[in-house]
Amino acid sequence: MRKLRVVIAKPGLDGHDRGAKVIARALRDAGMEVIYTGLRQTPEMIAAAALQEDADVIGLSILSGAHNHIAPRLMQLLKEKGLDDVLVVIGGIIPDIDIPKLKGIGVKGIFLPGTPMQHIIEFININARARV
Amino acid sequence: MKTATPSATAPPERTPSFTTISGRPIERLYTAADIARLDYDRDIADPGAFPYTRGIHATGYRGKLWTMRQFAGFGTPEETNVRYKTLLKAGGTGLSVAFDLPTLMGRDPDHELSLGEVGKCGVNVTSLADMETLFEGISLGDITTSMTINSPAAMIFAMYLVVAEKQGADWKKISGTIQNDILKEFIAQKEYIFPPRPSMRIITDIFGFCSTEVPRWNTISVSGYHIREAGSTALQELAFTLRDGLEYVQWGVDAGLDVDAFVPQISFFFNAHSDFFEELAKYRAARKLWATAMRDRFGAKNERSWKLRFHTQTAGVSLTAQQPYNNVVRTALQALSAVLGGTNSLHTNSLDEALALPTAEAATLALRTQQIIAHESGVTNLVDPLGGSYFVEKLTQDMVDGANAYFEAIDRMGGMVEAIERGFPQKEIAESSYRFQQAVERKEKIIVGVNDFVQEDEPPIEILYIDESASDTQLAKLERLKKTRNPAQVQRTLEALRQTAKGRANLMPPILDAVRAYATVGEMCDALREVWGEYEETPII
Repeated sequence: MRKLRVVIAKPGLDGHDRGAKVIARALRDAGMEVIYTGLRQTPEMIAAAALQEDADVIGLSILSGAHNHIAPRLMQLLKEKGLDDVLVVIGGIIPDIDIPKLKGIGVKGIFLPGTPMQHIIEFININARARV
Repeated sequence: MKTATPSATAPPERTPSFTTISGRPIERLYTAADIARLDYDRDIADPGAFPYTRGIHATGYRGKLWTMRQFAGFGTPEETNVRYKTLLKAGGTGLSVAFDLPTLMGRDPDHELSLGEVGKCGVNVTSLADMETLFEGISLGDITTSMTINSPAAMIFAMYLVVAEKQGADWKKISGTIQNDILKEFIAQKEYIFPPRPSMRIITDIFGFCSTEVPRWNTISVSGYHIREAGSTALQELAFTLRDGLEYVQWGVDAGLDVDAFVPQISFFFNAHSDFFEELAKYRAARKLWATAMRDRFGAKNERSWKLRFHTQTAGVSLTAQQPYNNVVRTALQALSAVLGGTNSLHTNSLDEALALPTAEAATLALRTQQIIAHESGVTNLVDPLGGSYFVEKLTQDMVDGANAYFEAIDRMGGMVEAIERGFPQKEIAESSYRFQQAVERKEKIIVGVNDFVQEDEPPIEILYIDESASDTQLAKLERLKKTRNPAQVQRTLEALRQTAKGRANLMPPILDAVRAYATVGEMCDALREVWGEYEETPII
């Protein structure tokens, strides 16, 4: 089986990329192939990157509060592109009351401040399915 | 001579080595031997005397307390205006505006990238009309305002000036600060629009404009705060920030300005992180480094050019979502280190800020934390109470030496703009950030409530939830504005701005004209994007 391929993306206007960069490096050190998109990605750009990179996992880093707009749009686009088996996870600042909504549209993992990196690595290893 | 090496009879210690949060090794004991090479008058000196290690004012906080300036802004200008009046009523002594991401990035609320971001991380200001609302009933002649704005700093500052003018306040007398520090955006926070060189030109234009038109304004707040939040060590924060400061001075000099005419209007902004002594040594070192560089590197003769003035904010990144009340204690200790380091202005974070923007109650408690330090702790009764401590003086000098080594490396690259273009500070910060995260994972560094002393099933606390209504309101106001303003005047002033950007004249006058015509932040930034293009970084992991 090939290595898991993970697209780490930073959607929206926010430039605080410390979390995105740390997790990208941690996943790489854990043996995954990591593609970091860089800043200011629209849902369209992220879906296109996932398709092009043949991603097994998309990790979004969102701190700004824009998740309620970005996540539904991305999930819709993934469905349209036939990428609905890609594991989507979000790390960042997500108010408790938004979590059920995000899970409801198919975001599998939501990692809040203080989550150990090891926990995220294990979650991805258990829940992502590497394509053949 | 006494030394600090552990003797054979010393009892065993808890760990083989002790380090600061930045990974700096700390000895068991510091003695006179550690500061033997320091000369009091040359290296330390009394408060108010060069190189100002002990403070820029002879009387310290006996003369004047620091400004208690709480950063605030969310939703619409109407909502934020109410919060400002609350803070001023609670005894806040200055305002500090937090703008939302569309404003910071020079995008109007109707732009595709503004989707879901309007009013979320700060207040949305699209045009002069919003600025008028933001300061409605607040006399700009009587307060000082700090505005955290960088790429569109000239536009937002111009709006503030026009509101002041309409209120009848004198530009020669009003005071406040614009952050206007683009270098740390390229280095750390990444809220840039234009490429580095035209961005630097906007800044030198503001220096030039303010030196004659708004002489009491702090034209820039050279910021280490975001560098630290991005994961740097204390030393990297100090070194990159001060070197950014030197870069701005160099660009001002190269643009033909007299050092002593614009440097007194430069101020600084540091982080107050959790390692108590390392932080307060950092502030002391900063003053000494700046004074020395201004006098010796740039030949400044005006004492006001030598004196580094700074604002401090406690470390947002140290706040935990777990057991959030612990954050009150963290913030109090961090604030105390800033005060003992002689800060001129301070923002204390609220306990709920790892979760959301603060509630009014949490923001008031944060302000009370400062008031308790100022009025109950007794540390404001004298100047630099820790001066002369073997440890503090040694650590201060080590920070000075470490920063000078970074200055030399960056000078060899040709300056800070060149260092940024080759990704040097970005790489250094990414390394430190990852190293710290690994230390936390391995429990070499303990974060109470996160990787030790964990409590299961914590009850949730009440947080401020910002819904989408701000976005709807701002979009409706923008639509109305476009119908009521004079379109010919907007187009004419935007064209004048484009033409000025192509040439070399000062950008402030055409920006003021466009602001008066109610051109939006997005329109003014687009005019400049057309001339200069946009910056895109190569990400460094």
